[in-house]
Amino acid sequence: MTASATVHSLWTTAAGDGFKIPAPHIEYAQLSPVLIVFGAAVLGVLADAFLPRRSRYGAQLLISVAGLVGAFGAVLVLASNGYATDKAHLAAMGAVAVDGPALFLQGTIVLVSLVAVFTFAERRLEPKTDGARTDAFTAQGSAVPGSEQEKAATKAGFTTTEVFPLTLFAVGGMMIFPAAADLLTLFVALEVFSLPLYLLCALARRRRMLSQEAAVKYFLLGAFSSAFLLFGIALLYGYAGTVSFGGIADVVSGTAPMTPALAETAGNDALLLIGGAMVLMGLLFKVGAVPFHAWTPDVYQGAPTPVTGFMAAATKVAAFGALLRLLYVALPGLRWDWRPVLWGVAILTMVVGAIVAVTQTDVKRLLAYSSIAHAGFILAGVVATTPDGISSVMFYLAAYSFVTLGAFAVVTLVRDAGGEATHLSRWAGLGRRSPLVAAVFAVFLLAFAGIPLTSGFAGKFAVFKAAADGGATPLVIVGVLSSAVAAFFYIRVIVLMFFSDPSPEGPTVAVPSPLTTTAIAFGVVTTVVLGILPQYFLDLADKASVFVR
Amino acid sequence: MSFLLTATAVVPAVGAIATAAVPAAKKSAAKWTALLFSAATLVLAAVVLGRFDTGGPRYQLTESHSWIKAFGVRYEVGVDGIGVTLIALTALLIPFVIGAAWHDADALEDTRLGRRWRPTQGFFALILLVEAMVIISFAATDVFLFYIFFEAMLIPMYFLIGGFGDRSGGNTEQEAAKQRSYAAVKFLLYNLLGGLVMLAAVIGLYAVTADQIGGTFSLQEILSARQAGKLDLSGAGEKAIFLGFFFAFAVKAPLWPLHTWLPNAMGESTAPVAVLITAVVDKVGTFAMLRWCLQLFPEASKWAAPVVLVLAVISIIYGALLAVGQKDIKRLVAYASISHFGFIILGIFAMTSQGQSGATLYMVNHGISTAALMLVAGFLISRRGSRLIADFGGVQKVAPMLAGTFLIGGLATLSLPGLAPFVSEFLVLVGTFSRYPALGIVATVGIVLAALYVLVLYQRTMTGPVKAEVEGMHDLKVRELAVVAPLIALLLFLGFYPKPVIDVINPAVNQTLSDVHKKDPKPAVEAVHTKGGAR
Repeated sequence: MTASATVHSLWTTAAGDGFKIPAPHIEYAQLSPVLIVFGAAVLGVLADAFLPRRSRYGAQLLISVAGLVGAFGAVLVLASNGYATDKAHLAAMGAVAVDGPALFLQGTIVLVSLVAVFTFAERRLEPKTDGARTDAFTAQGSAVPGSEQEKAATKAGFTTTEVFPLTLFAVGGMMIFPAAADLLTLFVALEVFSLPLYLLCALARRRRMLSQEAAVKYFLLGAFSSAFLLFGIALLYGYAGTVSFGGIADVVSGTAPMTPALAETAGNDALLLIGGAMVLMGLLFKVGAVPFHAWTPDVYQGAPTPVTGFMAAATKVAAFGALLRLLYVALPGLRWDWRPVLWGVAILTMVVGAIVAVTQTDVKRLLAYSSIAHAGFILAGVVATTPDGISSVMFYLAAYSFVTLGAFAVVTLVRDAGGEATHLSRWAGLGRRSPLVAAVFAVFLLAFAGIPLTSGFAGKFAVFKAAADGGATPLVIVGVLSSAVAAFFYIRVIVLMFFSDPSPEGPTVAVPSPLTTTAIAFGVVTTVVLGILPQYFLDLADKASVFVR
Repeated sequence: MSFLLTATAVVPAVGAIATAAVPAAKKSAAKWTALLFSAATLVLAAVVLGRFDTGGPRYQLTESHSWIKAFGVRYEVGVDGIGVTLIALTALLIPFVIGAAWHDADALEDTRLGRRWRPTQGFFALILLVEAMVIISFAATDVFLFYIFFEAMLIPMYFLIGGFGDRSGGNTEQEAAKQRSYAAVKFLLYNLLGGLVMLAAVIGLYAVTADQIGGTFSLQEILSARQAGKLDLSGAGEKAIFLGFFFAFAVKAPLWPLHTWLPNAMGESTAPVAVLITAVVDKVGTFAMLRWCLQLFPEASKWAAPVVLVLAVISIIYGALLAVGQKDIKRLVAYASISHFGFIILGIFAMTSQGQSGATLYMVNHGISTAALMLVAGFLISRRGSRLIADFGGVQKVAPMLAGTFLIGGLATLSLPGLAPFVSEFLVLVGTFSRYPALGIVATVGIVLAALYVLVLYQRTMTGPVKAEVEGMHDLKVRELAVVAPLIALLLFLGFYPKPVIDVINPAVNQTLSDVHKKDPKPAVEAVHTKGGAR
């Protein structure tokens, strides 16, 4: 039998039983968190099309908040009905998992997005243009930067309220991503959340060229990584004859029923290894691990700061969730192959992220490199391959994302005539001028640095402990040493804020509306609560740490 | 279960919040609030000391609550004789530190910066916060709990050095600011690196206990499991874990060659903060060697002792030699402290009961004597606006009380018989000599050098012709005298009658030593209780 005939025989056996195409059985109730968010997104699109301009902002904000709160409620209902533990199963014909990790991460993503939407909706920071309050987004995305058309749009007080439905679509995709139980759903989810993000990156009100450049870079590299992912999916399908995670795992372990077609391809380790590696690459790109990190600093810097915060927090949660599911459900049989690779990636990510961050002079780039270093720490938990590894990664993600959101929200407050003053030298003496804002930012920095009594420490301790239990002691040592390097640049910012004299024409700290204040306060509270009393949340992550297959 | 120890730590923490909350305009209310809370802490510490039964069980006033179950972490506190002594020392010194620092934050007040800028409130709140964290560190009997506060106390200390430091360094205001921030960052990075290495060791310890008895950080559980033969902490991995712990403590203490942050930190902070660093915070390092290194890893401690002892002797000699060469008064005291920490570590790792009793007593005496010397030095420096020895001369003619108290502080630092440090230094040397005669002899050179740097310092600053800039210098004010006099009285009292302190310390030392299974070559401490004669 030739190879092409083999593939063909896969087709013919699949369609062999009487050409029955079963109507898909969808468990709507169990998918309700995602459906609510998508529903709200569609509603948002309609609102933008039909409502008069002046009532759009309020309507969008209402729809987004209601959608996200509803989705969070749905997650809670599902979890309290046992779908996170004993009733966990695969919904939608095996395409989407409803289990502990999925619900935990979906809950985190929704909550993160809710806080992020508050920062999106902030309208008190930018100066009024002709009496209308404006936000961090451009007046008209399609207007060429610096053109007459742009000036006219700005003068007319246009605002880009499309960002709200775009965000909701991205959130929906992110919620499916860690729950995807087959490779095609994974890919579709990736595209669903990536495309709105590319757009959102391009919509900054200030420094539009930089913003558009960031979006193009993100799009090109993202498309590239999607291609890798898709090619990897094709190879894995060629190997296993199925795209479902559980099915692939069965074929890898040799427990799947052998068909002649499978017998031919399942022996072909090249398909499996190359396919697995490519899928892994696509996911590592999204988490921003070295050597797939090059986009991070440029995109973080160029994107509107609320979007940066949203991306840095929510994308990371979604992508690590998907990575965990892929490695623990689809490819556990290959762990002797991927563990050494991920060891290398984790070490490289921690070291490069921490060392390169030292030389940064822009707050947003600094936070970008710090997010790379944190991806390395999280990877150390991922390679633990123990249940502790899963729960510690999930706890870390939850702890880290609120700190990140809070930190970027503070960045939006420090402004001068040109918009946000992100160059570090402009932050000198901030602690004298606005002790409260500087102190809050210092709390976030200390959490990033992993100082005890902050959520950053609890998270770091959890992943390092899991890694040590999983036999990855060298990773722990590298992690600890790169934490020391990382601490240096966080401390440098604190020195700058508190111990340097303020320059006379330094930036001012804008007084935000309750929206941003809520976001920052939420960040501070979670940082302190998860730092001092993490037990409840660790338990929650622990209970939710079993994947369904 | 008693909540006394927790209360002793909570009171200064509440005090910190209360002080920080005082409105901007009420500077002196903030100061009095801080002083009041530190006095309340002192009262509580006295109650703790009173409740402590020297003949009772090893750890007393214990509390144990579940905290982070997922990590096997409990909130467990309890004190042995060593811990209770050091808590008492901390609580004793803080009111004096606050009293001496009364006007230190005044220069930072700047009404142009608005109501949110409240340096006085911040300064005293940070001091109380450090006190709370230090007390928890002395009381913790859970490795993780200890680690958290050991590490967290760096942050308020960092702000105290960098934000409220000495403004007399360098030639210009900018230069002084640069030096301060350099010192603060150096302090933080050294200690953070030490702490992170310890974090790896803490995780390692958990992994080892998880293998054998189910993961725990509780000292009591680990000790009883080892006594029952269920836990073995003597393999090669445990040696690495010991080194991780010791590294952090050696940075904190500090031991040569990890000491270089201390002269910067003490030089660039104000005198009261320098006292806080060397007399209070650094004691956590030497205390932790006794409580954690020796008790958790007796085998590894014995294994590492020869190297540690040599490093300690190098510290003694090196610190003293560099102190002789200093031009800056505060850096001189810092190097003298490095020399004294060498003595403390020497006493701890000589593994004799005289040595360890002496070392614990040394921690107390060094705390009091350095506080006396450094606080008076601070009064001196603030009068002249310079901390260079060469800028002074003939002070004893214009400010005799200042010179006199400075001399007593100095004589205590050089361990003059009749003052408290003599007893402890003598005990450490006897304890070392009985086991390691050669090291004992070399360490004695440190005493000779101490006489040199203290007396030369006194001679250059206080005697000789009165310098023009020194003329008209005020003598000690009532507040300053009230700060120094009790410390000097205490130095004299403990110099003649150290028995009460030694009685509290001794049982704990003997238990620690029995953990280490070293047999004592000489009878116990009682022999040297009579006050020392000729030396």
